[in-house]
Amino acid sequence: MVSLKKLSEKEELLAPGHRLCAGCGASIIVRQVLLAAETPVVIANATGCLEVATTIYPYTAWRVPWVHSAFENAAATIAGVETMYQLKKRKGEITRDIKFLAFGGDGGTYDIGIQALSGALERGHDILYICYNNGAYMNTGIQRSSATPKGASTTTSPAGRVIPGKKRFPKDLTAIVAAHNIPYCGQTSPSFYNDLTGKVQKALSTEGPTFLNIISPCPRGWRHETDESIAMAEEAVTSCFWPLYEVENGAWRLTGYSKQIAEGKKEKTSVIDWMKKQGRFRHLFTETRKSFLESIQEEVDREWENLKKRCGY
Amino acid sequence: MIHAFSGNAAVAYAMKQINPDVVAVYPITPQTVAMERFADFVADGDVDTELIMADSEHSAMSCCIGASLAGGRVMTSTASAGLALMWEVLFVAASNRCPIIMNVMNRALSAPINIHCDHSDAMGARDSSWIQIHAENVQEAYDNIIQAVRIAEHENVRLPVMTNMDGFTLSHATERMETLEDQQVQKFISEFKAIYPLLDVDNPVTYGPLDLYDYYFEHKRQQVEAMELAYDVIKKVGQEYGKMTGRSFDMLHPFEMEDAEVAVVVLGSTSGTARVAVRAMRQKGIKVGLVKLRVFRPFPKDELREMLKGMKAVAVMDRSDSFGAFGGPVFSEVRSALLGEDVEVVNYIYGLGGRDIRQDQIEQVITDMSTVAKTGKVKSFVTYLGVR
Repeated sequence: MVSLKKLSEKEELLAPGHRLCAGCGASIIVRQVLLAAETPVVIANATGCLEVATTIYPYTAWRVPWVHSAFENAAATIAGVETMYQLKKRKGEITRDIKFLAFGGDGGTYDIGIQALSGALERGHDILYICYNNGAYMNTGIQRSSATPKGASTTTSPAGRVIPGKKRFPKDLTAIVAAHNIPYCGQTSPSFYNDLTGKVQKALSTEGPTFLNIISPCPRGWRHETDESIAMAEEAVTSCFWPLYEVENGAWRLTGYSKQIAEGKKEKTSVIDWMKKQGRFRHLFTETRKSFLESIQEEVDREWENLKKRCGY
Repeated sequence: MIHAFSGNAAVAYAMKQINPDVVAVYPITPQTVAMERFADFVADGDVDTELIMADSEHSAMSCCIGASLAGGRVMTSTASAGLALMWEVLFVAASNRCPIIMNVMNRALSAPINIHCDHSDAMGARDSSWIQIHAENVQEAYDNIIQAVRIAEHENVRLPVMTNMDGFTLSHATERMETLEDQQVQKFISEFKAIYPLLDVDNPVTYGPLDLYDYYFEHKRQQVEAMELAYDVIKKVGQEYGKMTGRSFDMLHPFEMEDAEVAVVVLGSTSGTARVAVRAMRQKGIKVGLVKLRVFRPFPKDELREMLKGMKAVAVMDRSDSFGAFGGPVFSEVRSALLGEDVEVVNYIYGLGGRDIRQDQIEQVITDMSTVAKTGKVKSFVTYLGVR
């Protein structure tokens, strides 16, 4: 457990003044991650909101070494940095501990960057890759990605008279990552800072490749008020759309609120209620699309049951 | 020391002597053998290098960029489709001023798929701000790699260097060649000097920010300047290397140009065949010379102009085409360098997909040039040599 008081005493390594939107999940996530880190870090960032809004030349919001190379190669870039570190450590040219982080959005991670991510995980670099998942290409104007939820209207999966937004469910990237048999990976949410910072600390203290998939509300793309982001992230968890869990050396484990739901200590809320609060799903709330909407609840329930089974419930 | 080395073996040996900090690579014919050999050196502990066997050439170059910015000496090797897949990040490497050394065993691009030599891979990357050096033979391929370290890492340059050699023609041909002693190589290349390394966590730097219309242009202009400054560095390094080995290098290497009236311009392994053809045609009374273009980037426009002005006709040999353009890429640049000079410059596109180029074909080119010189008339500015 990380104490909020202790965290608040630490220096913020992402400086204020960056140009991310009000209510953006990404900056909240990054701040929590950097507060959790107890050793110096070097960061590689995929192209995306976080990158463009924090480094408009000649300014930078990063108080840590940071590199952006391209959209699809954050994992490969940080792998290169980490490899040079291993060499210098082996030769005795560097003695201190440094941790290596990559940040990518869902576009840069689920889609264009999945090969580089898979390669870096398989090769066993000592890195933590963090996907801040806002469920679309928000930086370029809300285009659908393979992380976009079923039914969400985006600029490239628009809700039309015939098609009710995105037709398919997102791929399960966290499970794909887990299938690499890396020592540690999981899902978390900025609405549960303890879960998030705890997982970051666990990942950073684990030797070898680690991965966290973090849900990241986007008021622009999800269509909700800017002061509702954390509530949206929270309800994603309570509805089991975004369960909190970790996979440690092959052992699947629910954590935090999700664990409490599985154990009957907390109530599982409705996905449809969560969707109702977001403009991206507005078109689904008509009589003709009722069965489509219900199919989403059914799928989320099915996935939740599958996950519970994997976690031994 | 004297060896019988293939191009691949020579590359691996040069890399072993350089002992780079990180090598990231992906297998592709015809450079795979070099990487296999180098992997042996790593496995046997003959080098200190950390070797990354990446998931693609795109990732290999991305790893190289990360490793280089972290603050160390980085090398890689590729060919053809591999270089094409790297295209995006070649620009990132150069723009971040990463002094990465990359050996390219030139090979045709698909489709149809073809594993043999032409220069369409390297020419496709000509505008990426990488220095490009071409080798005539295995000896030069080795020599170029050693020199490339000094050129790339020079404080006035800090640009990546691509050392090219013809796939199969050189990569798989065994030649007699001489290598330096390990200590000589280490002394020549000297210690790597990191500038603003990412691993200096006490002095954090931001690499690759968003750079818009208010600064981007200036950053590109700085790259232009680095290329211009590379010119002198390449020459000086080539001379210094000559003092040590007896093999001096320059931007371009003339042969029989003193009294030449017509000339052939060529790069890569065809230079050797062209030299034999020039010698043979001189015996037939044609005053022909040869200019071997060793460095394509930065393009030695002034020297080339100086060397070729006064010629009655110049044939430029291109081992790649620029579809829809007026001739191949080397031709365009040579002709442009000679703008305003009273010289007929014509183009021969040859050897695509590894088609052999024979001595008699180059002799025919020289005969054509002799005719142009006599008549002042050019039948065709772009000729496809040896195509059915």
